[in-house]
Amino acid sequence: MFDSLSDRLGGIFDGLKRKGALKEAHVTEALREVRVALLEADVALPVVKDFVAKVKEKAIGQEVLKSVTPGQQVIKIVNDELVAMLGAEQSGLNLLGVPPVAVLMVGLQGSGKTTSTAKIAKRLTEKDGKKVLMASLDVRRPAAQEQLKILGEQTGVKTLPIIAGQQPVEIAKRAMEAGRLQGFDVVMLDTAGRLHVDASLMAEVIAVRDATSPLETILVADSLTGQDAVNVAKEFDAQVGITGVALTRMDGDGRGGAALSMRAVTGKPIKFAGTGEKMEALEDFHPERVASRILGMGDVVSLVEKA
Amino acid sequence: KKSTSAISDGITGIFTTAKLDDDTLEELEDLLITSDLGVGVASKLTAALSQGRYNKEISGEEVKAVLAEEIEAILKPVAKPLVIDPANKPHVILMAGVNGAGKTTTIGKLAKKFRDEGKSVMLAAGDTFRAAAVEQLTVWGERVGVPVITKEIGSDAAALAYEAMERAINDGTDVLLIDTAGRLQNRDELMAELAKVVRVINKKLDGAPHDTVIVLDATTGQNAVHQVEVFSRIANISGIVMTKLDGSARGGVLVACAEKFGMPVHAIGVGEAIEDLQPFDARDFAKALVGIE
Ligand SMILES: Nc1nc2c(ncn2[C@@H]2O[C@H](COP(=O)(O)OP(=O)(O)OP(=O)(O)O)[C@@H](O)[C@H]2O)c(=O)[nH]1
Ligand SMILES: Nc1nc2c(ncn2[C@@H]2O[C@H](COP(=O)(O)OP(=O)(O)OP(=O)(O)O)[C@@H](O)[C@H]2O)c(=O)[nH]1
Ligand SMILES: [Mg+2]
Ligand SMILES: [Mg+2]
Repeated sequence: MFDSLSDRLGGIFDGLKRKGALKEAHVTEALREVRVALLEADVALPVVKDFVAKVKEKAIGQEVLKSVTPGQQVIKIVNDELVAMLGAEQSGLNLLGVPPVAVLMVGLQGSGKTTSTAKIAKRLTEKDGKKVLMASLDVRRPAAQEQLKILGEQTGVKTLPIIAGQQPVEIAKRAMEAGRLQGFDVVMLDTAGRLHVDASLMAEVIAVRDATSPLETILVADSLTGQDAVNVAKEFDAQVGITGVALTRMDGDGRGGAALSMRAVTGKPIKFAGTGEKMEALEDFHPERVASRILGMGDVVSLVEKA
Repeated sequence: KKSTSAISDGITGIFTTAKLDDDTLEELEDLLITSDLGVGVASKLTAALSQGRYNKEISGEEVKAVLAEEIEAILKPVAKPLVIDPANKPHVILMAGVNGAGKTTTIGKLAKKFRDEGKSVMLAAGDTFRAAAVEQLTVWGERVGVPVITKEIGSDAAALAYEAMERAINDGTDVLLIDTAGRLQNRDELMAELAKVVRVINKKLDGAPHDTVIVLDATTGQNAVHQVEVFSRIANISGIVMTKLDGSARGGVLVACAEKFGMPVHAIGVGEAIEDLQPFDARDFAKALVGIE
């Protein structure tokens, strides 16, 4: 599937060879193939449409470089636009506030919130020298609070003692209070998984937000998500207000179109990439890597880069 | 509240009454793609729709009905419930899939279903890796009122499976449900571990595991096709349960899987509670996908 985009693009430009400017007819035809490639990579349809229109505008009339084929050049243009849209900037967490600063982790069921909470807490502790407290507000999933507690023990990050029967908002307030009294810099709030279409659970997390005023609200999302990524991101952002995204399961072999979808509809940066189950498996987000993965065209891009 | 189907809204938008021409067909194909059907299935469906209807007037309702029929035809042959063969003592069901898909929860729901049918059920906490995975399954065991075989975290998953097999055989249990840790299909070492679990189960009892079920998350995109492919190769998957259909994703990739592998679909998850498991119904699924009430 991956080579065929390059092949098919090659075919389109065969008549054009290596001189002159990219013609509208060729570009339009080429972008039809790009469009399919993006959809196969799970980039959400509305995002694909916007993207293709943008690239078309950029590509038409561009002089073809001597050492590459027009097809390769289109891929390069597409790639650069992908990287730009994915957000070239590197933004860590904003923790500039009166301590303890609250960081709220939200997302669908099973997306990787609890694991990511512990990974980020570990990084803040070890790399940034922060004093971090983690608290699980998940009173729904069996053994969810236990899970965070164990991860705390594994990473050496403190967790808020579990009090059976307490509800999420109460736990959140208790966590902030403990953070204040015990001199923590950051309080990380892990929440239960919830669907963006579940009004009562969304109301619950909004109440938690209002009780804790988090500086960061991170949407934890599975990088293998399909077309629904736009709905998830849009709704969590509209209802709760997110400040960034953590994409999990980047160690999978998914094409990762969800990254582009989420970034495009929210405009919020992707701040972390989860690359495994282990506590060390947390990386910064690399737009170039994800772009070439979405296109499945890493080689062509580096080829054109050298040209 | 369930959100309305994107396909349904879109179709209503395109066909107040319109001609089925290239433009409308392309728009329709796009809509189908928004439900994760994939480019291939979407274009097949629109091709089937245009057959004999091209350039004719057609209503949105008609379009939906035809599409639902086409999808139902693909899904009908794969709609097969999980059947416990009483000749198997125990009937062994192994649950596998990528991380967070809903394996452990689905085991809890299935255990409840089999208990309600009067069968004796045992659970095996074969996820010996993830923090509190054992505790999670133990809670499910308590909810249903069935025994859970556990080993401490870090133990060999295959050894746990072996022990559970032994217990279930000795106790004359009807159904043994074995949980496994989530694993991505491109992680060779983890897939090899799963293959070992299967081997050990089979060594203990000929014909077991009798069902090896892959759990797919409905929000997953085209990668699910690859999940089914690789898990099948490594662990001889016999059927699918799709979870999280209570969200806004419609699980269209299931149609792609049915088309490609003809893999049986046993049940769907529609929530986190114990009763939120439903039989897979091809017609209902197809209708929900295109948004027919
Ligand atoms: N391969 C891989 N697995 C991950 C990653 N992040 C999390 N996981 C796994 O995904 C599964 C779900 O992770 P959790 O952290 O429990 O997810 P959650 O969002 O807290 O789940 P709920 O609380 O039930 O909504 C676990 O098996 C994790 O080990 C990742 O980056 N890569
Ligand atoms: N909304 C909804 N949530 C579900 C459904 N099935 C499972 N979940 C939730 O999804 C999350 C993950 O479920 P688990 O059963 O822990 O998934 P798993 O595959 O065992 O995860 P790992 O063992 O970590 O790989 C939990 O929060 C479940 O409550 C479903 O059908 N609908
Ligand atoms: Mg959790
Ligand atoms: Mg599990």
